[in-house]
Amino acid sequence: MNSLIRSAARCLRSGPSVYAPVRADGRVWSAPARFLCSAADLQKDLGQMVKKDKVVVFMKGTPAQPMCGFSNAVVQILRMHGVDNYAAYNVLEDQDLRQGVKDFSNWPTIPQVYFNGEFVGGCDILLQMHQNGDLVDELKKLGIQSALLDAEKESK
Amino acid sequence: MLPGILRCIRPVSTRLTLTRPLAHFTPQMAPDPSRPVEKAIRTKLTNSLKPDHLEVHNESHMHAVPPGSESHFRVLVVSSQFEGLKLIQRHRLVNEALKEELSSCVHALAIQAKTPEQWGSNPSLAKSPPCMGGSRGDHTVEEKLKAGRE
Repeated sequence: MNSLIRSAARCLRSGPSVYAPVRADGRVWSAPARFLCSAADLQKDLGQMVKKDKVVVFMKGTPAQPMCGFSNAVVQILRMHGVDNYAAYNVLEDQDLRQGVKDFSNWPTIPQVYFNGEFVGGCDILLQMHQNGDLVDELKKLGIQSALLDAEKESK
Repeated sequence: MLPGILRCIRPVSTRLTLTRPLAHFTPQMAPDPSRPVEKAIRTKLTNSLKPDHLEVHNESHMHAVPPGSESHFRVLVVSSQFEGLKLIQRHRLVNEALKEELSSCVHALAIQAKTPEQWGSNPSLAKSPPCMGGSRGDHTVEEKLKAGRE
């Protein structure tokens, strides 16, 4: 019964959240306004969610308050590069989302990072991309100038 | 290229390039029979990836789970099977090998997947970031821990 109510409440929520300083609530996905949402609907919604924003992160907690060291590492890396405007989904708020995104990505752990609708990887991969310079290049492809490039210019 | 600059940009407290040099170079650490999950991880990765070097670290004690848990692991796999593969492809190979553990008792898996050449030029194990308590009171983690004990 409770899961029924939760499903209904989830379906009636409005759009996915975008992380911004003024909006700390990491609200989760939205579905078309129908009473029951199936796993198939969630997969379909995830397909839209990962494409809706250039950078999408599924994490534990929120960027303002991460609840996991690995999720926090992703947030910190993005912050270092000056990426502040991204969609962050808190899987701890929604167990269906938590499992659903693992099925969708075929990836067993959280956090999960998407660039332009394409799955990039988790914390380890993002960290290595940050360390070897690939992240700056990937952000450039998204039309995002890494803050570290600006910092490098200023130091010269 | 950029890596040196990236590391210097921020103060030490926010540095994310956490590494420590290896204290030893034994190809395989002795498995602990009282740790079945660790043993299973070691066996499966050895069989599927034929690694030149393999390290399996149980990091559960660093997280908000009961002592003796086998829920959080860090693995370092050095294998020529990773040659020519992108990071994500390498990680998917590791995930695939440990599919059963990841869908049952293992809650978190940190992966380093290197080719023998990469390992030779940088033989270091990365360090996991500090826990932020997300597993505390997380009923799915409790279920996984139960699954591991059964």
